[in-house]
Amino acid sequence: MFSNLAKLLRYRGLIQTLVVRDLKARYRGSVLGFFWSFFNPLLLLLIYSFVFTQVLVGAHDPAMEPYALFMFCGILPWTWFSSSILESANTLIAGGNLIKKVLFPAEVLPVVTVLANMVHFFFGLPVLVAFLIYYRRPVDPLELLWFPVIVLVQLVFTIGLALFLSALTVHFRDLKDLLGNIVQLWFFATPIIYPMQQAPENMRSWLNLNPMTHIMISYQEVLFFPGPHGHWKWLLALAAGSIAVFLIGYFVFDRLRDSFAEEV
Amino acid sequence: MTPAIDVINVSKVYRRYAQRKQFATLKSAILSGSLLGDLRPDETFQALRGVSFQVPKGATFGVIGRNGSGKSTLLKCVAGITRPTEGEVRVDGRISALIELGAGFHPEISGRENIFINGIMLGLTKREIQQRFDEIVEFAEMQDFIDAPVKTYSSGMYMRLGFAVAVHVDPEVLLVDEVLAVGDQGFTHKCLDKFAEFRRRNKSILLVTHSLDLVEKFCDEAHWLDKGKTKGEGDPKRVVAAYVIDVEDTEENELAKAEAARLAAAAKEIAAAPPPEPAAVDSGEGAPQGTAEDTAHRDGFKSDDGRWGTREIEIMKVTISGPDGEAGHVFQSGDPIEVRMDVVAKEKTNDFVFGLGLFNADNVCVYGTNTNLEEFQPTEIEGDAAVTFKIDHLDLVEGTYRLDLAAHKADGYPYDYHRLLYTFRVKSRIRDVGIYRPDHSWSFEGGIKISDQK
Repeated sequence: MFSNLAKLLRYRGLIQTLVVRDLKARYRGSVLGFFWSFFNPLLLLLIYSFVFTQVLVGAHDPAMEPYALFMFCGILPWTWFSSSILESANTLIAGGNLIKKVLFPAEVLPVVTVLANMVHFFFGLPVLVAFLIYYRRPVDPLELLWFPVIVLVQLVFTIGLALFLSALTVHFRDLKDLLGNIVQLWFFATPIIYPMQQAPENMRSWLNLNPMTHIMISYQEVLFFPGPHGHWKWLLALAAGSIAVFLIGYFVFDRLRDSFAEEV
Repeated sequence: MTPAIDVINVSKVYRRYAQRKQFATLKSAILSGSLLGDLRPDETFQALRGVSFQVPKGATFGVIGRNGSGKSTLLKCVAGITRPTEGEVRVDGRISALIELGAGFHPEISGRENIFINGIMLGLTKREIQQRFDEIVEFAEMQDFIDAPVKTYSSGMYMRLGFAVAVHVDPEVLLVDEVLAVGDQGFTHKCLDKFAEFRRRNKSILLVTHSLDLVEKFCDEAHWLDKGKTKGEGDPKRVVAAYVIDVEDTEENELAKAEAARLAAAAKEIAAAPPPEPAAVDSGEGAPQGTAEDTAHRDGFKSDDGRWGTREIEIMKVTISGPDGEAGHVFQSGDPIEVRMDVVAKEKTNDFVFGLGLFNADNVCVYGTNTNLEEFQPTEIEGDAAVTFKIDHLDLVEGTYRLDLAAHKADGYPYDYHRLLYTFRVKSRIRDVGIYRPDHSWSFEGGIKISDQK
């Protein structure tokens, strides 16, 4: 297993090329092309602003203004997570031609999916920055040092999960359909469109079991809430947990590897 | 010297597709690392059974065998795409597998970008591809379209580009699975030249193909797989010859089986409903002879098979035999053959004609004749008799042919008609076309240099 894991590093050239291909292919043929990477999060932000300032007025604590910005801090990384998970479930089946006809390291496919979505997440960040400036939110530069750490933890966690799900989906195609609903539920079980403080007392311990909760709270603390990043202990614990998730995901993937060429 | 490819006692077992055991496979795969788990033998399929061979460096090795004999599975095991269930495959050097050309192409992006991506997938670095880029494009004959998205390519362009990238990876070992049909004659020659170049540079090629000519001309050694087992290996000419004989035997059996089924069906038809023809002809007995002959004529050209007639003279058995005198269904073009009819005449009669018609697979009458046309004067037939039609040289091109046999009266009144019930196949090493191959030769004079490759 670990020798295979070491190989993953050797494939970085291949991974890089495929990520670029993915990004190029995604918007090829559309009029706005790469600009969609900016427009999509922008439109999303506008929709949420409209809903929470015009429709659901007073559904949140007035201290949380601008609420749309608060949500955006969570939705942007969540989009990376959820589309990675949903796409990776299908990635081995879609890349079946490669697995069956070419000597191709299969684990590259889910990793590429997660990385390509991460690049999209990065493209959305300028929009976030623009709004932080627009609303004159002060961000502590020292606190911002935590930001790459959070991204890294999320990356490791997502890749582990993507490896696990992509391998399982080869055997259980049902997972692909089920996953859409699970991700939806997961979204609402994570404090993204509501702050953790607003969650009922008895639910908080449950929410704490959700790894994404801590990732999202970390983003919110660094980008939205003033004051020091008080959640770092949770984050570091999660970092260890993410590595465990990655290793388990990779183990399952490695064990099922031989079946891909036959089952895809 | 270590061989380029060393296949040691390789077996491969596939799971037969069944919904039921899906979970069991998954569980055993995760827990014990074995895919097949506790499947019963009837839930698995053995594609390869203990295959071993070595391909020395610089050798070209051909694998032949029928569909489903495990050739492609073998190639995939050598390529490392699937792992053998038992045994081991060792490959020395970089492999490039021409299994499916352009497998990694992304349709939305240009040929240029796809060359880079495909090259990297096959293990080249960016700089190496840069160096070979022009050569690849030129080889694929794609200069004009290299910046168009791959989805706009024709399938031929797609395959040519895939082939060009794969052979420019500069592998030590090239695996080829039946991919030479990728373009016009010119391109095929270019592919063959490329293979020849590989040989000169002491690279190894493992070739899986149905093209026996290619194996004979190109390979240093051949390996014949049959139902996953090695059935012959060694000198290509010898292995190919053995394989051809085996294929003929199988065809022979199949034709015999089909013929038996047809005869049985025809017999049943007669038992169920005696055809009305005799009555019709009886009633028309007073009519001018031409009409009856027309009827027979028209019947003679209807294409469905079957059997009819009064059986006053019955064709009991038909055998077609080749030069060895043994009954068979597969003959070489140019062989002498004999068609023998064992007949029984229930009553003595002096009005009888024996006829034969030869049709090709398109139901074109190649030849038709009968004893009346050839001016034999029937005198008497009674009891058991035999009629043999001899062809000195079966000068037909390769293909499947069917026989009409009949015993009837001079006016067409049918005793026993066997319509297209007998099939035989003509084999030939020469790929000429048409139906008839006249006995011929070529000669050349003057400023011409030409040699016979046979």
